[in-house]
Amino acid sequence: MADVAVHADHSADHQAHQGSTGLSNNKLAMWLFLGSECLLFGGLISTYMLYRGRVKDGPHPHQIYDIPFTSVSSFVLLMSSLTMVLAVTAAQRHDDRRTNLWLTVTAVLGATFVGGQIYEFTAFYREGLGFTTSLFSSSFYTLTGFHGVHVSVGIIMLLVTVGVIKKNRVVGNKAESVELVGLYWHFVDIVWIVIFTLVYLIPS
Amino acid sequence: MSTATEQNTTTHGDSHEHGMSDAGYIKIAIILALITALEVSTYYIDFGPLFLPSLIIMMIAKFVMVVSYFMHLKFDSRIFAFLFYTGLGLCLFVYLWALATFKFFG
Repeated sequence: MADVAVHADHSADHQAHQGSTGLSNNKLAMWLFLGSECLLFGGLISTYMLYRGRVKDGPHPHQIYDIPFTSVSSFVLLMSSLTMVLAVTAAQRHDDRRTNLWLTVTAVLGATFVGGQIYEFTAFYREGLGFTTSLFSSSFYTLTGFHGVHVSVGIIMLLVTVGVIKKNRVVGNKAESVELVGLYWHFVDIVWIVIFTLVYLIPS
Repeated sequence: MSTATEQNTTTHGDSHEHGMSDAGYIKIAIILALITALEVSTYYIDFGPLFLPSLIIMMIAKFVMVVSYFMHLKFDSRIFAFLFYTGLGLCLFVYLWALATFKFFG
């Protein structure tokens, strides 16, 4: 009898997170958010494309970009998408140990990427590329800085998820919670895929 | 792609599993890494007139692979795909138009 009551409560909780579409409201909201994020990064990328050749003082893009270094950073972020999806599949198998392991590895790879970006910014600044040096520098730092902040927020989300799973305090569907963090993380990765090509590999 | 056939839509309680096996995801990651290596090679090797089109095609291929397989859009409800691609399509329309207004394309 108690089992039936628990099942009914669980079912009601599950249905409460679904709309008339039968889909998870949380996932719908996340996809809608990611669709709107496309507009944010689209604006930043197109601003950079317009201003990348506008250099009066200071170095030009091709003089300061370190393609081998950025390629390694890009590879690290790309591989973090793999570890993230492995965390999602582990969560779907209800394997908390592997879920936390892959989430932690993803956070470490993300932190490596952000560390690389800080190193890159420092190197550029020492070479005379300040935030207000030129329209190119302003648009470059704004675009890559916004992306770096998104990666940092993703790392915080990953670590919070690890903590919540460890303490067994996940509210609702655990696999879906991990998947939502995963969707955000993969989005950050696809934005970098575009930035790496348009900003770094295609010369102005 | 053979890995796409490894779709799994088994339901376990509240957890709706979908997507591919871990091996399938590793295959996708290897393909993505190879495409990235090819992208980086354009910095060292002269691709001539193919330089720009090849980079754009590789970028789109990587984008679509991550969205379709890692983000499960290929296996998930089409409503999610509609929401995301509507935002992306709007973004492309608005900003390509804006760039054209500023005579970015010559």
